[in-house]
Amino acid sequence: MMVEKVKGIKYHKKQDVAIVGAGMTIFRRRLNETGKELSYYAVKQALEEAGLDISDIDMVVMGSAPDAFDGVHMKGEYLLDGAGASNKPYVRVFVGGGTGVFAPIAGYWHVASGLADVCLVVCEEKMSSSHPHPQSAFKYIWDPILDRPLKPNLIWIFALEMRRYMHVHNIKHEDIALVSVKNKANALDHPAAQLAAKITVEDVLNSEPMALPVRRLDVSPPSDGAAAIVMVAPHIARQLTDEPVWVTGVGWSLDTTWWTNRDLYFPRYVAEAAKMAYKMAHITDPRKEIDVAEPYDPFDYKELHHMEGLGLAKKGEAPILTREGVTARDGDLPVCPSGGLLGVGNPIAASLGVKVAEIYWQLAYRAGKRQVAKEVTTGVAQAWGDLMQVGTVVVLSNKR
Amino acid sequence: MAVGKKDISCPPYVKGREIELEDLKEKKVTYVEDHPDIRYSFTAGQAISKFLKGLKEGKILGVKCNKCGRVMVPPREFCELCFKPINEWVELKDTGVVETFSISYIDPDARPLEEPEIVAVIAIDGASPHMGILHKLGEVDPEKVYIGMRVKAVWKPEEEREGAITDIKYWKPIEG
Ligand SMILES: [Zn+2]
Repeated sequence: MMVEKVKGIKYHKKQDVAIVGAGMTIFRRRLNETGKELSYYAVKQALEEAGLDISDIDMVVMGSAPDAFDGVHMKGEYLLDGAGASNKPYVRVFVGGGTGVFAPIAGYWHVASGLADVCLVVCEEKMSSSHPHPQSAFKYIWDPILDRPLKPNLIWIFALEMRRYMHVHNIKHEDIALVSVKNKANALDHPAAQLAAKITVEDVLNSEPMALPVRRLDVSPPSDGAAAIVMVAPHIARQLTDEPVWVTGVGWSLDTTWWTNRDLYFPRYVAEAAKMAYKMAHITDPRKEIDVAEPYDPFDYKELHHMEGLGLAKKGEAPILTREGVTARDGDLPVCPSGGLLGVGNPIAASLGVKVAEIYWQLAYRAGKRQVAKEVTTGVAQAWGDLMQVGTVVVLSNKR
Repeated sequence: MAVGKKDISCPPYVKGREIELEDLKEKKVTYVEDHPDIRYSFTAGQAISKFLKGLKEGKILGVKCNKCGRVMVPPREFCELCFKPINEWVELKDTGVVETFSISYIDPDARPLEEPEIVAVIAIDGASPHMGILHKLGEVDPEKVYIGMRVKAVWKPEEEREGAITDIKYWKPIEG
């Protein structure tokens, strides 16, 4: 130790941060709109709900995943005008699939630090520009020397992780498939949904093999889309609404890209991110204190894996909670009431719209048909990304 | 606070116009095509160069951190946890254990493969627990693979090796 310091993360802030509006586009495999146009739609809607004009915005945060999807290698700058950020302090943040929850964390810094009173957070993804399939762009996340000569597909890492998770806890594919069944059915109530459907466990188990154990219906679809939220200081929130939703905790953590060096059965980086966010939010028993959750569900097993990383279930317990209906919309711990990425779609960073925005709508009691049955005070949204290495967590509450 | 049941359905509306692949093929929508041809030469770096040279000689090399004691593979120039330089190289065995595996039906562009292939994380004997590398399995029925299976590297003939991860053709089960 070279300097004298108090160890650990500091939770000092200048002011509290509230969310007062959110918006999103439809999520689809291919949209005719450009990324800028999609961003514009999402921002307009978020401003409308907040009751603000673009001139009220102090600063803007953009979240967007690999440039290779859009084929524009300055995507943040390219999307700037659609994000309403012309001539404003503006930054793009990116941690792979974790970006949709990381962008609101960056928005939080802007307001909590006192630098901004009103910060707009926009996330965009246009995966359909990349041909023949967005997975072709994912080739370039692999280590160029050791992995790429083996001609990997992105699905491999999920398949390898899913198998390890199933093995360590002796989990059956049937139990994992229930997540896909639940989320796709929940999505029937989401106006933006791409793959809402009533399906059965058998449908999942009999769907086309991709990289076993992963089958077609275990996976969320690639999508185009955008989403936005408005984050404000307390004195602004008071003027706009009687029911702001407060950001009570944020956390993020990354592990090394040496992903073959860790036991994949448990997402340690998610647990670290959650620990940080919960400490900030004064949550000691997440299973009891969290009322509703939106963990990242690009694959069905990932919802379970992330519930365990978030401490919403003990290790290996998430499939049991799912089977018992605890995670259903009318259950004791509703999980992915939006329909998640599996049902609404997976425009990487724009999953903001079904993660942080959904928890905001749930806690503001504005989720309409998707509103969970129980009374809600506190919710958590989480995303994951890159080579099994990124955890991003936001805790929201309708009480300050 | 005015929270509690109310009848507001958010988002109130959603915009965006869906198109189909056919719309592109039939030029029903306006678009511009580009085929970037960008070439890279990736240097393998200090540690991995030595590792690749080892593969050419039929050896799997790892490194040991003298602070935390971890024996790591793939090898690296510094321990990312202790943030100390590495100064001990160790030759590992060309045998290991299947940590996890997948039977892949798709290529890197998500196109179907003619024959499915078995990919695996293999924890290498002589390295710390769960220290594995990504590779493929062969000479085994996909149905017979299991986590914990002992495997051995099947090397390319010496004259065909080029100092690449593919100098190991695949890993096959150890009999008995
Ligand atoms: Zn070390």
